[in-house]
Amino acid sequence: MEETYLQSVIRRFKYHKAGVVSLIIVAVIVVLSVLAPVISPYDPNAINPEFSAPPSAAHFLGTDSIGRDMLSRLLYGTRVSLLVGFLATVLSTGIGVILGLIAGYFGGIADMMIMRFTDMVMSFPYILLILVAGAIFEPGMWNIILILGFVDWPGVARLVRGNVMALKEQDFVKSSVIAGMPQRYIMASDILPNAIAPILVFATSVMAISILDEATLSFLGMGVQPPDASLGNLLNGAESITVLTQMPWMWLSPGLMIVVLVICVNFIGDALRDAMDPTTIR
Amino acid sequence: MARYIVKRLLTSLVVLFGITIIDFAIMTMAGNPIQIISGGPKVQKEVLAQKAQNLGLNAPVPVQYVRWLGQVLKGDFGYSYKTYESVSSMIRTHIGPTLILMGSALLISLVLAVAGGVFSAVHQHSRRDYAIVTAAFLGQSVPQFFMAMVLIYIFTVRLGVLPSGGMRQLGSAGSGVQIRYLIMPVLVLAFGMAGRNIRYIRSAMLEILNKDYLRTEKAKGIGRFLVIYKHALRNALIPIITVIGMEIPGLFGGSIVIEQVFSWPGLGLMTMNAILQRDYPVIMAVCLLSAVVVLLGNLLTDILYAFADPSVRYE
Repeated sequence: MEETYLQSVIRRFKYHKAGVVSLIIVAVIVVLSVLAPVISPYDPNAINPEFSAPPSAAHFLGTDSIGRDMLSRLLYGTRVSLLVGFLATVLSTGIGVILGLIAGYFGGIADMMIMRFTDMVMSFPYILLILVAGAIFEPGMWNIILILGFVDWPGVARLVRGNVMALKEQDFVKSSVIAGMPQRYIMASDILPNAIAPILVFATSVMAISILDEATLSFLGMGVQPPDASLGNLLNGAESITVLTQMPWMWLSPGLMIVVLVICVNFIGDALRDAMDPTTIR
Repeated sequence: MARYIVKRLLTSLVVLFGITIIDFAIMTMAGNPIQIISGGPKVQKEVLAQKAQNLGLNAPVPVQYVRWLGQVLKGDFGYSYKTYESVSSMIRTHIGPTLILMGSALLISLVLAVAGGVFSAVHQHSRRDYAIVTAAFLGQSVPQFFMAMVLIYIFTVRLGVLPSGGMRQLGSAGSGVQIRYLIMPVLVLAFGMAGRNIRYIRSAMLEILNKDYLRTEKAKGIGRFLVIYKHALRNALIPIITVIGMEIPGLFGGSIVIEQVFSWPGLGLMTMNAILQRDYPVIMAVCLLSAVVVLLGNLLTDILYAFADPSVRYE
């Protein structure tokens, strides 16, 4: 039996061992963080009598400087960071796809205006733009998602535009044009499905970057605000020298969690790239 | 060629014009400077009104924009809301340490990325190749501030060999840089950049190594060293230029976070303070300055391409 595209992608994904392991790790982390309200040993904001306590049987990862359980905060923080990363990626990829599609498909003035606007947004250093936006708007989870989403689309837009321009020259698209198909149909049924693979691969790297940016923003105190936990603002406490030097449990676990998440997402992207690229033969 | 450069210059100018508009629009939306300057409800309304009049805030926004642009073209970015210092002189005093930081980081990351990428490509599928690629993944995935904390923990707290910051206070006199303060911030920046670029250079190198002309060189038996460093690397010049071009926008952004963590007295720390204090003239100037640098960087990369690769066509 002829295997479908999806089956062949899955089969080829499995060759990338780091990708498979990463997928499993991310799946476990996602499940744990979704189940945070059920499995956390304590309320993440509840204050326990023993503060700044090192890891023990009662508090697996210790407690923070006002006595909140680090493991519970880590689970809730991961949940917030994953949500921010995911939604920001969906938003920015959506914006990028729409703008790239319009620019690539219609060309002409629309293309010129969109691409010049893309150039402008890309010319501001990314972090600077996010920080300025973070200072202007009230910090908080939903605003972070919006800021990251509205800043990180130019890469996707460029990628989609390039792909669409190449696809437009293909015979099957031309035949749809000659057949008098509505443009809506051509874009949605001929072009977009064929451009989806590189978009997905790119989106994984956007997600990795979004998780890093949320962490950076929250670390600098301009992201998710306490008492809500996020991986970045858990690290914020470590700017104090006593925490940094004497209480590594307060900053090592959220830091390592970010590193693990981002590495895994990057590996998954790498594996997807290999699996979806029709030129690699396997 | 000359026509191509002129055309690229003109598009850059258009983009730059758009950037000034976005810059001004964001800051106008951000809030009324009078509220920021006044510093509290105690100031009399008449004084504030006079201040607004003096600052030209009663004029319509487009008029304000044109006035602002006119001043900027003369190199006048106004005065800081907080220190009342001229913004251009603030930038002049802080740009030195940042340039040193970014320059050394760029240089070291390039050396690391080229050496690592070439080595990895030459030893493709070996353990050493995987080790380098994994290290590159790590560099790409570790948040800079976290790596900075780990380095401070190891080198300052545990070993006590490197200072974690405090070369001098932001804005105090002197512009010299001491190497021992430079090591950790440069390491963090360079590690991240090299991580992003190693794989890029590796795959570019792999592509070149499989080209026919290199097979010929190998077949001639001139030795691996000459094949790689004389013939292959020369053709890898274009990906290396691309890498430099890609890093320029990120460099400044990276320096904001790193300067904050290591209290490096440069432009990044100054910007971060300005952002926290909503010192808009300073933020606007820095945004504009960095956008200009990025535009110039892109322009330069495109022109360098043209020199490095005679087959690039200009339309």
